[in-house]
Amino acid sequence: MPAALPTSVSNAEPARPFGWIRAEPWGIHVVPCDAWVDPAREVATALVTHGHADHARGGHGRVFATPETLAIMQLRYGVGDDGGGEGVPVPLREPVDLGCGVTATYFPAGHVLGSAQILLEHRGERVVVTGDYKRRPDPTCELFEVVPCDIFITEATFGLPVFTHPPIGGEIAKLRDALAANPERCVALGAYALGKAQRVIAELRAAGHDDPIYLHGALEKMCALYEDHGVNLGELRPATGAKKDAMRGAIVVCPPAALNDRWSRRLPDPITAMASGWMRVRQRARQRNVELPLIISDHADWNELTATITEVNPRESWITHGREEALLRWCQLHQRRARALAMVGYEDEDD
Amino acid sequence: MRAFSILMDRLTYTNGRNMKLSLIADYLRDTPDPDRGWALAALTDALDFPAVKSSTVRKLLTERVDPVLYALSRDYVGDTAETASLLWPAPDAQDMPPDALSVADTVVMLRSMTRATVMTELPPLLDRLDANERYALIKLATGAMRIGISARLAKVAFAQAFDVSVDAVEEYWHGQEPPYAELFAWAADGAEPPRTDLLPLFRPFMLAHPLEEAEVDMGEYVAEWKWDGIRVQIVHVNGVTRVYSRSGDDISATFPEIAGVLPFPAVLDGELLVRGTHQGGEEGGAASFNALQQRLGRKTVSKKMLREAPAFVRLYDVLLLDGEDLRECAWEDRRARLEAMMHRLDPERFDLSQIIPADDFASLTAIREKARDDAIEGVMLKRRTSPYVAGRRTGLWYKWKRDPLLIDCVLMYAQRGSGKRSSFFSDFTFGCWNGDPDKDGELLPVGKAYFGFTDEELKLLDRHVRAHTVNRFGPVRETDKSLVLEIAFDSVHDSKRHKSGLAMRFPRIHRIRTDKPAHEADRIETLREMVRD
Repeated sequence: MPAALPTSVSNAEPARPFGWIRAEPWGIHVVPCDAWVDPAREVATALVTHGHADHARGGHGRVFATPETLAIMQLRYGVGDDGGGEGVPVPLREPVDLGCGVTATYFPAGHVLGSAQILLEHRGERVVVTGDYKRRPDPTCELFEVVPCDIFITEATFGLPVFTHPPIGGEIAKLRDALAANPERCVALGAYALGKAQRVIAELRAAGHDDPIYLHGALEKMCALYEDHGVNLGELRPATGAKKDAMRGAIVVCPPAALNDRWSRRLPDPITAMASGWMRVRQRARQRNVELPLIISDHADWNELTATITEVNPRESWITHGREEALLRWCQLHQRRARALAMVGYEDEDD
Repeated sequence: MRAFSILMDRLTYTNGRNMKLSLIADYLRDTPDPDRGWALAALTDALDFPAVKSSTVRKLLTERVDPVLYALSRDYVGDTAETASLLWPAPDAQDMPPDALSVADTVVMLRSMTRATVMTELPPLLDRLDANERYALIKLATGAMRIGISARLAKVAFAQAFDVSVDAVEEYWHGQEPPYAELFAWAADGAEPPRTDLLPLFRPFMLAHPLEEAEVDMGEYVAEWKWDGIRVQIVHVNGVTRVYSRSGDDISATFPEIAGVLPFPAVLDGELLVRGTHQGGEEGGAASFNALQQRLGRKTVSKKMLREAPAFVRLYDVLLLDGEDLRECAWEDRRARLEAMMHRLDPERFDLSQIIPADDFASLTAIREKARDDAIEGVMLKRRTSPYVAGRRTGLWYKWKRDPLLIDCVLMYAQRGSGKRSSFFSDFTFGCWNGDPDKDGELLPVGKAYFGFTDEELKLLDRHVRAHTVNRFGPVRETDKSLVLEIAFDSVHDSKRHKSGLAMRFPRIHRIRTDKPAHEADRIETLREMVRD
């Protein structure tokens, strides 16, 4: 049974500024209403920013998330199904009363389908938890919105100045050039199963690539979910059971781990490609045995991270999961108050 | 710089040799002089700009970027050139005309820099480039390309680009300076080849095919022992002597006792050996390959070393003599010239590879059977009429190695291959029993092999590793040690480097013995008995 939400502000709650929001190693705790943002443990009330596994987990009593994120969590963890916990759909930009004087409002984060930042308000104080975000347009999700706040809790996955993601058009062109130059081979494209795969396919379609795209079995359901939510991915075919010759000159999308696995032996002389922000660094690409590195990320790069802090202009920035030290240093150099949160369980995703 | 930086990037991410070759060949064909020559020099590490160091780049960067952010970035990226190329605060790439700067311009500017001027002259150069070009430039300037392009690969690519023979490229390349104008004029535009007779140049070796199941007519062929040292070429021109290895590397400094004693113009082909009695006994007069190995790879040689392991060359052939090119002559004629010349050489340092007296193939076979007892690698068969031609040509020279040694080992560890084999476990470590396998005997690793098997066998081995993994150490899988592999190898030697105390030469997987239980594999003593040191 999910615990009931408290209905009034507890008298024991101290009134010191922002005492009501606490960063614990396993999540951001909204103390008055005992709710957790993206908790790494099972809790009674979870506020989930997006569907990636290091933010969204199964086993919570009640989950507040956008309808798209709930659909993803239902597919992955059975949230909303019998015994899978209750899902509470939260439309974007509509405040939800969490009780005890706390309201939550979800704003688009531009990361993947359904991704949101969560604005938490209590006693006139405003805290934004970004989850993961990027600032660039993405045909599969809504663009990030700047939400003014007092405390800005930001991700820092690519929080090093070496990470600047080039415009996606050039990377898509590289992919199509490689395909055109090797009609006898195929391009095996490793892309994260939720978000990256669908974004790359949608960008390929926007660039005029109308040929069928083959999918690893692990991607089929998620692609179907995206299409159900109005993202047109064109003609998709399962790679399983497809003839080797049929896949010559085609793009085959798979999870990154499948690139060097036995699965890839079914492909016709594949050019191994990977779409990830880490591909910026040659050694990272070499380690993964990648021939065609594509710098495509669903996270903010260094310039986006620093520009966003400047635009949001919070009183204080809290920096989580990623390379906190460098962003912390940048805040110091720009006379901005900041602290690094020691969160656990958030991976170097985006690959 | 743009085309060159694209080439560098593609080479970085390409594993296959053929793909690398065609990338370089395309670049050499499509790029004008002198850029392609400079690029070729950069790829083969033939350029040096003493004023530009990795520390220069680091210093320039920390003047422009916060040192803490630089240090954090450098730690993550792991390479100064790449960190600098990404962090360099430069104008937008779109504002720059494409390929405004040629490789030749860049080289001229880098050459003109001194320690005093580099801090002011390098920055404007970096400002004119995008991140990938900056990376290429810093790598080129600091001389650390590390993209797996050997000089040989570059020469093969050059030959492929202009459809000329790689042996000719090999011959004319030596003595040419970047940007190799004469070399390109010859290969690309059909000009006269560069002159090679005035310099102590390396000539590509003539090589032998393995003699498979065939027999040869001993009326047409002669036999010599195949000595186990390193093949060398000694060249003397204009008072200068050089000793070259199989790959054309100059190893004169490693063997000064040889380089000092060829007093007349000649190009000689022979086997470099150390004095001893291991190969062929007293009469053979040569120590094992192991003894020679102690002397390889040294830049300077101590007097003690010269005394304890004196080197000499057993001569096989003569290519040039007193200004005359003998390579077109028949082997018999060259042999006569070689024999007649021997009295002019110091017998301490040179002797003649003897002809094995064998009237027919049967008697040669009988003589070869004894080769293992004499610890000789095998025999060479040379056609009496053959000219000296570079590389491997069928029907001229054969090597007939003694049959390999065999031992049954147990598969212990496996690792993934690379490139096409990256989805397969294809590198195998195997061991022999130390002690009684039915009591408390344990397996000791004795070698590693990644060839010898067919594609079908590789699939079987791969499946076995996946199904029998008991432990993982990073990329290495430990198996349950249940599979017996019959290992073929040329010889085995004492080794202090390995726990088993033994090291095999050329081990390969000969057969997969799924029929044999692991405890019936061979013991380490069996392998030790095969040592002939």
